[in-house]
Amino acid sequence: MAAVEAYNITHRYGKVTALDDVSFTVDDGELFGFIGPDGAGKTTLFRIAVTLIIPSGGRMTLFGLNTVNNYRELRNLIGYMPGKFSLYQDLSVEENLNFYATVFGTTLKENYHLIEPIYKQIEPYKKRIAGKLSGGMKQKLALSCALIHKPKILILDEPTTGVDAVSRTEFWEMLSGLKHEGITIVVSTPYMDEALRCDRIALIQSGKILGINTPDNIRRSYSQKLYAVRYPDKYKLLTSLRSLPLAPCPMPIAPCSEPYTLSPEPFGDSVHITLPEGTKPEEILKALETAGLPGATITEIVPGIEDVFLELMKKDE
Amino acid sequence: MEREKVIEVKDLVKKFGSFVANDHLTFDVYKGEIFGFLGANGAGKTTAIRILCGLSRPTSGKVLVAGFDANHPEEIKKRIGYMSQRFSLYNDLTVKDNIELYGGIYGMTMKEIRPRTERLLAKLSFNQYGDTLIGSLPPGIKQKLAFAVAVFHDPEIVFLDEPTSGVDPITRRQFWEMIYETASRGITVFVTTHYMDEAEYCDRVTIMNEGMIVALDTPSALREKYNASSIEELFLKIARQKTETA
Repeated sequence: MAAVEAYNITHRYGKVTALDDVSFTVDDGELFGFIGPDGAGKTTLFRIAVTLIIPSGGRMTLFGLNTVNNYRELRNLIGYMPGKFSLYQDLSVEENLNFYATVFGTTLKENYHLIEPIYKQIEPYKKRIAGKLSGGMKQKLALSCALIHKPKILILDEPTTGVDAVSRTEFWEMLSGLKHEGITIVVSTPYMDEALRCDRIALIQSGKILGINTPDNIRRSYSQKLYAVRYPDKYKLLTSLRSLPLAPCPMPIAPCSEPYTLSPEPFGDSVHITLPEGTKPEEILKALETAGLPGATITEIVPGIEDVFLELMKKDE
Repeated sequence: MEREKVIEVKDLVKKFGSFVANDHLTFDVYKGEIFGFLGANGAGKTTAIRILCGLSRPTSGKVLVAGFDANHPEEIKKRIGYMSQRFSLYNDLTVKDNIELYGGIYGMTMKEIRPRTERLLAKLSFNQYGDTLIGSLPPGIKQKLAFAVAVFHDPEIVFLDEPTSGVDPITRRQFWEMIYETASRGITVFVTTHYMDEAEYCDRVTIMNEGMIVALDTPSALREKYNASSIEELFLKIARQKTETA
């Protein structure tokens, strides 16, 4: 049985459509990621999944149980970590855990083995009040609390936002560990690089799913060959690449009658471009040299998740 | 070629009680440079930025920002801009009100503010938003406006604290292009980020750990030195190394 099945989920807040006909399936035991920026609809979708809001349209089931009609049974199966830190700031680490355990009719002892790898990192601070913890420790406590009743599925809303790269890496390692315990994990993140750690991902933007697949297949779905161009003055490189084909016939990239855009996008130390049919990469270098940028380099690269996201966003517009 | 320094920091120490938040920091930042300031949570970045912005005094050491030392925080504040992801513009004021407020705070007259506002809105193609409440704008537009407002008074340095957190990939790129453009006008950009790939956009990057600067160079020189394929890999190497020895 699938862990999550969503059919045509739509949700509106007044006139604003937060989710627009969203359908997807998460398999049992899968680590499934929703990748998208703020305002994409990730939180609304998760709130529907954890039975906190009723969608305007469509239907969602978790382990065959409907999020609207079977919410009481479902809540025992779900561990939820909201985006905003929602534990009791004025209770200690230990008190928070005991509180959550009691609410779900269990004890810290009973499921200690499950939270141990995570909890033991914050156990030295168990008397400290939650409000006084660092970001990374709060995140670990919240995950421990979400796990305390041994849920079948974890739903984690942007658990790594604002957290540094080291803590983020550690967090994803913890998730891999939980996956091996057989727990299904649905997680959202605005960091595209984290997508690679999921079994499958859904790219979400403006309430719509742009694509669902394994990270590798998502990267392979990029429609063209992609190149990285490098030059010391990145701003000059970007503006030059943008204007190359539009300049008065300086070079053989494309006939001037049909201006072709190279779709230059800045990516860290390089600018990513696509080439028109039949154009050789060396021709770009020659054109750049003519434009006053000698010594630039160009290499073909494997598209990243963010390249695909950009392409899909542009198509959608 | 001698480059003009806009920030000079020498042996900066900041203690809170017995806790050393900044442990002998020494670095220079040049005019028109995009300077990335990275580090794990709790590494001491915020403490250092607060000192550079004139909001806090160092325990010892020398700090010169736009030519003024830490004893002249008001002079420093006049010459810098600041923007963070958490708080930037007032949601319940319109776009124009926000610009007027910030311009006014930095001592600009309405005569200067008005034409500049028009130019700014035209440049961003945001003319239609002049009288819109900030709170009702999409996050991407808000973010770009916040940056434009932070450099509205032509500061010598602009400090950006995780400016692109959570924005979509298209906006993120437009935002970095605004940063490039600002730096090309000679304004120094001092930026913190948790997106390690963004560090690669910077001219030079510094990595802090446990109150100290553990690496400072151009992204390519750092990758080479630490034999890392990306700044992310390098960051994980350095930070992990430290925690293991701690």
